[in-house]
Amino acid sequence: MTLIVETVGPAVSVQDGGRAGGLGQGLSRSGAADRQGYMAACALAGAPLGAAALEMAGFGGRFRVTDPCRIALAGAPMRATLDGAPLEWNAVHPVPAGAVLDIGAAEEGVYGYLLPGGGVTTEVELGGRGFHKIAGLGAALTAGDVLPVAPDAEPDEPPMRLPPGLAATGPLRVMPGPQTDLFTKADRARFADTVFTRSPRANRQGVRLDQSGAPFSAGAQLSRVSDFIAEGDIQMTGDGTPYVLLADCQTMGGYPRIGTVLPVDLPRIAQALPGAEFRFRFVSVEEAEALWRSDEAQLADLTRRREPLVRDPRSMGDLLSYELIGKPLDD
Amino acid sequence: MEDVRILPLGPDGVLVRFADALSDAANRAALAFRADLETAALTGVVETATSLTSVFLRFRPDLTTRATLVEALTERLGTRDWLAADLPGGRTLWHIPAVFDGPHAPDLAEVARQIGRDPDRAIAELTATPVRVLALGFAPGQPYLGFLDEHWNIPRRTEVTPEVPQGAVVVAVRQVIPFANPAPTGWWQIGRTAFRCYDPALEPALPLSPGDEIRFQSVPLATWERLLTAPRGGAETEALA
Repeated sequence: MTLIVETVGPAVSVQDGGRAGGLGQGLSRSGAADRQGYMAACALAGAPLGAAALEMAGFGGRFRVTDPCRIALAGAPMRATLDGAPLEWNAVHPVPAGAVLDIGAAEEGVYGYLLPGGGVTTEVELGGRGFHKIAGLGAALTAGDVLPVAPDAEPDEPPMRLPPGLAATGPLRVMPGPQTDLFTKADRARFADTVFTRSPRANRQGVRLDQSGAPFSAGAQLSRVSDFIAEGDIQMTGDGTPYVLLADCQTMGGYPRIGTVLPVDLPRIAQALPGAEFRFRFVSVEEAEALWRSDEAQLADLTRRREPLVRDPRSMGDLLSYELIGKPLDD
Repeated sequence: MEDVRILPLGPDGVLVRFADALSDAANRAALAFRADLETAALTGVVETATSLTSVFLRFRPDLTTRATLVEALTERLGTRDWLAADLPGGRTLWHIPAVFDGPHAPDLAEVARQIGRDPDRAIAELTATPVRVLALGFAPGQPYLGFLDEHWNIPRRTEVTPEVPQGAVVVAVRQVIPFANPAPTGWWQIGRTAFRCYDPALEPALPLSPGDEIRFQSVPLATWERLLTAPRGGAETEALA
């Protein structure tokens, strides 16, 4: 079966769990920009980690499937309709063949995920299916694309949802890295005291942070030896401007990094809109290790929280057409 | 081995750094130590890799702990003088053609000024010096090549160039990189090659390995254009002893 892309936003691409194990060959893992949002889609569809979804930045598009299948919608909530009827986000819905699935603008956040039950099965290249721009792998989707999709094992399963969790608040947690001590103690303290604003300059590679104070310099930083980068690293470019590096980061670089945003908090930066404000808090390496959770454990947690989707009468505009009071029971 | 440091890099990563500054011995140490770790197959380690002077290990904190790993690494570091390690065997010398003037060398004049040579002399030096693949990084198969002589120790630019093209030959800090893909960079572009660091149509798709050596060969613009369709961009190889 296939998924037909009739119209599509400017930054929609196939993404999965990424390409692990290629660091020594210059290949960063990449994959979904909001790994938690992507895993929520996997949990909803009962798909394994690694199933390929569409990642939609800011705006989705118009899609149809050629065979009945479920479609999971997760990550940044977007306006979604199926043949004109509204669809709940953070849920998985059965979609008939030929029905028109419209995904509009994001209502909050940036990256939304659309996962057909069987997963998108475009060709695997260097261990993954995702678009990885600086690696030169894949491409953004364009109108008219036809994507192969594996058949859904349970195309008629009734809709399921993930109840909303508590929205994370507070400073983003940062652990020290190999270059943290290149920054003076005073600058590290100032970093933790600064309110940063998410710049409009952001993509899957990284998010620039603006602030009104002096730049954060590590001294002689233009001549430093290039070394490994971790996803979540906060890199200071030559002029002392911080960038938080995301999924499509390079494998190594020479700009000093003041620390690493923990994976548990990184989706908050990826999903932040321009103008959003952040603060950072340094945590110990031990605290960071304790907060680490495997993808498998995270997926299992999400899967346990899955529950049947019951429509809320307040959101049913055509209430009178439903037989809310049925005939009396026979007995 | 007092310069060796074991450092955290992300909650599931450890960096073993053999030197703060770029050095040939530290690079050889990193290659040899990684080979040792691959043989050792430490519990919970899921990936190892080398950069210019470091070895990175990714581990699963649910299968081992950082403390356990640091202990095992400290022990292995003490088994020999890693900074005296030899280069790996089976290395290849690559002759890679590139064009080093006109629109493909936008920063050549500035680089020549910084190293105190005229542009022709700069390119003569570059093409006369075999440079080694110190590490693959940034993009698949993309080599960091070194070392050029000390006067090539020029800093990166303060303003990032928004995009250099695929095949851009860039320099900074005594190193050369042929860019795998169009990308932003803080390095200086002084040439362009038709060699591809990753070519899925050829076997192996990622042709370079750490330890390989490269000699750039200056060719006219017309030759470079013709080589765009040649396998490996016209590069030729010979085995190194």
